[in-house]
Amino acid sequence: MFSKNKIKSLLSRPEFSALAIFIFLIVVFTFVNERFLNSRNFMVILSTYPELALVALGITILMISGEFDLSVGSVFAVSPIVTMILIADYELHYIVSILLGLLAAAFIGFVNAIVTVKFKIPSFIATLGMLFMARSIAVVISGGFPPSVPKDLPTDWLVGRVDMLRVSIFWLIGIALICNYILKKTNFGSWIYATGENKEAAKDLGINTFWVKTTCFIICSVLAGFAGIIQSFRIKTVITSLGQGLELQAIASAVVGGASLMGGIGSAFGALIGTFLLLIIDNILILSRIDGNWFKFAVGALIVIAVILNTLTKNSADKIRLKDDD
Amino acid sequence: MSKDLLKCSKLNKWYGNLHALKNVDLEINKGEVIGLIGDNGAGKSTLIKIICGVHGLDNGEIYFEGHKVNIKNPKMAMDLGIETIHQYNTMFQEMSIARNVFIGREPVKFGLSSLSILNEKKMNLESMKAIKDVGLDLRSPHIPVKELSGGERQGVAIARSMYFKSKMLILDEPTNHLSVKETLKVLEYVQSLKSIGIGSIFISHNLYHVHEIADRIVGMARGEKVCDMPKEDTTVNELIKLIG
Repeated sequence: MFSKNKIKSLLSRPEFSALAIFIFLIVVFTFVNERFLNSRNFMVILSTYPELALVALGITILMISGEFDLSVGSVFAVSPIVTMILIADYELHYIVSILLGLLAAAFIGFVNAIVTVKFKIPSFIATLGMLFMARSIAVVISGGFPPSVPKDLPTDWLVGRVDMLRVSIFWLIGIALICNYILKKTNFGSWIYATGENKEAAKDLGINTFWVKTTCFIICSVLAGFAGIIQSFRIKTVITSLGQGLELQAIASAVVGGASLMGGIGSAFGALIGTFLLLIIDNILILSRIDGNWFKFAVGALIVIAVILNTLTKNSADKIRLKDDD
Repeated sequence: MSKDLLKCSKLNKWYGNLHALKNVDLEINKGEVIGLIGDNGAGKSTLIKIICGVHGLDNGEIYFEGHKVNIKNPKMAMDLGIETIHQYNTMFQEMSIARNVFIGREPVKFGLSSLSILNEKKMNLESMKAIKDVGLDLRSPHIPVKELSGGERQGVAIARSMYFKSKMLILDEPTNHLSVKETLKVLEYVQSLKSIGIGSIFISHNLYHVHEIADRIVGMARGEKVCDMPKEDTTVNELIKLIG
């Protein structure tokens, strides 16, 4: 028998509704299409999953701190383009090139933070500007045609196949575990939640909210850049339109996973579940040969339903009053 | 060693063209409760925000325990031992009691200064102890603050200030939104600070509370100090006329 206490803490977890929808959809989809619940199919889903999930993870952390980033789709292109130019045109070692590609992403995150926090511009506007600027930089520095990925570039450590899976899934799991640990078990994690929930109070209690937000912007950008590098390594090509439209999918994943647009609420696990939900919906549409144009409809409906469910479960969790003996 | 805890001399603060604080002097001794009164916009909040580091000072000097200090931010004030319970809520609703007590000053096991692993065991134990010390009985350090009553939240805020061994406590309208019973508890608590030598500034619109609890009453109006006297020398009615 579950105690009231356990039910309550389960219901108040931000990722609860996403998990409930997830289980519900798995059951329904299994009945709809017998090919759905099949390890082969899941491995297909999981092979591209890390790329979107990493971006959603970064957005979630940033949303917990109370900000928002629309430029992740463009950063997703900038990092691999910088990396490939350095490898192909400047013949730098690929690890150094990747690190510099990530540094470029970090710089974009830093600029986003300065514009948002120092000039007190809403992050929606600041990063909307960056969406265009970073995309333009991606096109300009590559002259429109980024160098092709060298054939002898070692890619196995990042995207090599392990059975039907890709190594990138392990990178995702590792990074997600670290993020989860930072959010839940460190003082910095506590400050991220505090800053997102009530910035003024956090400041008055001596937390440097400027650096907390700046760090979150940088984490978000670097994760998006890293995801872009993973994708370019996987498809062995870089194009300037890499990651176009990705920002909205990533934000959708974060929101479905329970992150609040108001800040202060969200979890790493939620980002992973939210992203997975988006991908299985896409997958079932393909398996069932339904017109792909319904994908956006399904994602839209999922966002609205997930957020409504979130609000409802949170309210009912708040209503469960515990007595002293619970 | 003098009895002086805090001494402010000729504090001035402008907000744009508004001269919010005009040559204000203030002294607080150890174990003394100052009642700070004044109408809205009189400069009370500006004064305490300068002392607790939220706002900068335009000119003037502040001495704490005899040393000249330059309080640039809230962290510096807290490091000196000046704790503030703000009028607005400085609790994080979604976070647990333990996290709220230690937020910004968490005990850690190891790591770099701003990325360290929390010592959760210590946080849980010590937060419950701190809360017990202020006379509150809450059953678990894990409860999110949003589930507490107004008085309980104020209790957690006071426990937070006390845990860090403050030398001076600033309470800005601490009894707002509290029930009668809870208010009495807060007043009782402020009284008890005297015996352990903590100086406090108590700000309230409720002049009866102020008169009951304060040793000395400082009144402000239009950015200036208009009175500063032992409470025995005045009555509540007189105070109403003074700051009106």
